[in-house]
Amino acid sequence: MSRQTRRSFLQGAGTAGAIATLPLSLVEVAFAKPGQNFTFAYISDSHIQHVEGSKFVRNWDRGLIRAVAEANLLQPRPDFVMYGGDLAQLGTKAELDHGADMLGSLRGKVHHVMGEHDYYLDLGEYWSKLFGPQWYSFDHKGVHFVVLNSILTYDEWTYERWPSAEQRMLEMAGLDNPNGSPFMVGDRQRAWLAKDLAKVAKSTPVVVFSHSPLQKIYKGWNFWTEDAEQVQQLLAPFDKVTVFYGHVHQIQYNQIGNISFTSAMATAWPWPYPETYAQAESHLPKLTVHMNRADPFFERDATGWQFIDVHTGRAATHYNLYNNKVRTVAFDAASGRPEDTAYQAPGARIAPQSHF
Amino acid sequence: MRAITLVLTLAVTAIASPGLHADEFTPEDLARWQAQFEGVVAEGRALWGDGKLGRNGVACGQCHPNAANTHPETYPKFQKQLGRVASLWEMINWCLRNPLEGEPLAADDPKMVALLAYATWERRGVKLEPGKH
Repeated sequence: MSRQTRRSFLQGAGTAGAIATLPLSLVEVAFAKPGQNFTFAYISDSHIQHVEGSKFVRNWDRGLIRAVAEANLLQPRPDFVMYGGDLAQLGTKAELDHGADMLGSLRGKVHHVMGEHDYYLDLGEYWSKLFGPQWYSFDHKGVHFVVLNSILTYDEWTYERWPSAEQRMLEMAGLDNPNGSPFMVGDRQRAWLAKDLAKVAKSTPVVVFSHSPLQKIYKGWNFWTEDAEQVQQLLAPFDKVTVFYGHVHQIQYNQIGNISFTSAMATAWPWPYPETYAQAESHLPKLTVHMNRADPFFERDATGWQFIDVHTGRAATHYNLYNNKVRTVAFDAASGRPEDTAYQAPGARIAPQSHF
Repeated sequence: MRAITLVLTLAVTAIASPGLHADEFTPEDLARWQAQFEGVVAEGRALWGDGKLGRNGVACGQCHPNAANTHPETYPKFQKQLGRVASLWEMINWCLRNPLEGEPLAADDPKMVALLAYATWERRGVKLEPGKH
C-alpha cells in the first residue's frame, strides 16, 4: 500500500468512528495569546522485541503500529511527536532499526528520549546514530523544551560489573531485578542543564522530558531517579514547569512545588501500580487516581499514547484507555496541580480504579 | 488395666522408633521441607524471568514484576472472559499461549507448580479472598 493510499484509508476509517475512540492522552499547555497554543503527540515504551530472523514479538509491534496510525489521524496536525524511550527491548540494532522503521511512517518531526532498554547494550551508540543527541533543548512557540537522558547509573555498575554488554543489558532490562541499579541524570548533564536554563526567562514555560520519573516513587522497579531532587532544584526557579516521563507504563501525575508531573502509558504493555506488590513500600503520588485494571484478555487494554495540547504553559492530559473509559488529567489553576477532570473526588471513582 | 498397658506399649514404641508417626517431625524435617519449598519458589522465580518458557522470548516478569497483578489470593474465581470459575494455573496457561505464544503446561507439571509457588510466595501475608474481583 503506498503511503498516500494508506493515509486516505486511515482518514476514511476515522470518519467511520475510529477517531471517537482514539487512545489519547491530551496534554494542553495554553498561552494568553490563543495563536501560541499548539499540540504535540507523545508516544512511549514500545519495547520492540526481536525473536529471530525477521520475526519480532507481534503484540508489541501492533501497539506501536496502532499508535503511529492514530497519531497520523490527528487533526489539526500536532506540531511534532515526542518519542519517550524504550523503543527497543534489548537495545539491538535489529530492534532499533525495526522500531525506527515503524516510527518512520509518522507524519512530521519526531524528537527522541533515551530509555534504558535502548541504552545498556552499546551505551546508546547505535540509538544516537539513528536519533541524535541523548540530551538537548529547543524552543517552540514560547515554550522551552528540555530532553534529558535520565537512565544513566553509577559508573562502576555500567563499566566494571558485567562480563559482557549483553549481560549488562539483560540485568537492567528486568524491572524487578535486584541486580539492577538506580537511574540518574548525573553531574555532567545537570551541569549542562543549569547552563541551558540560565539563558531562559523565569516566566517562560519549561517542559522537560525524561524516561524515568524525575521523582522517587518505588526504587525496586526503578520508578525512580537517584538525583531527582537535584534536578527539581534546577527547575524550581521557573513559574511553570511540566515534566513528562515514560518508563512506568501507567497513568501517574503529581505536583511537587512548581513542577507538574505527568507520565505516559506504554504502547507495549501496562505495569501494575507498585503498591500491588505486597512485600515492599512504595510512594505513588497521592494525587494519582489509578488507571483502570487492564483486561488481560484484550492485549491492547491499558496501553496507548498521548496527545498533548499546550495552553498557557500548562498541561491537560487526555488518556484514552483502550476498552475502558477515557481519562482527562488537566492542570487546575485553582488547586495549582494536575487533577482528573472526572474521577479526582474519591466518591466519583469507579470500581476498576481500585487496584489490589 | 489392659488399656493402660496398650497405651504404655504404644508410647514406648513411639519413643523407640521416632518418625513412624506422620504427625511427629523434628526441626531437621522442618528445615528440609522449607528448603524444598524455597527451592521450588526459586525455580519459579527463574522461570518467571525466562524468555524460553514461551516461544517468542517474552517472559512473565515483563508484565508482572514480582508477580504483581496476578492476585493468587483471589482464585478460584469467576473469570468473565471464560464464562466460568477458573483457577490461577488456567490463567497462567492463558498467558503462556497468548503473550508468550507458547504451549500450555499441565496443572501438575513441575514448572507450573514452581510458577504458582513463586506467584503465591510474592503475595504472602495477603488475606485469602477467593472469588474477589
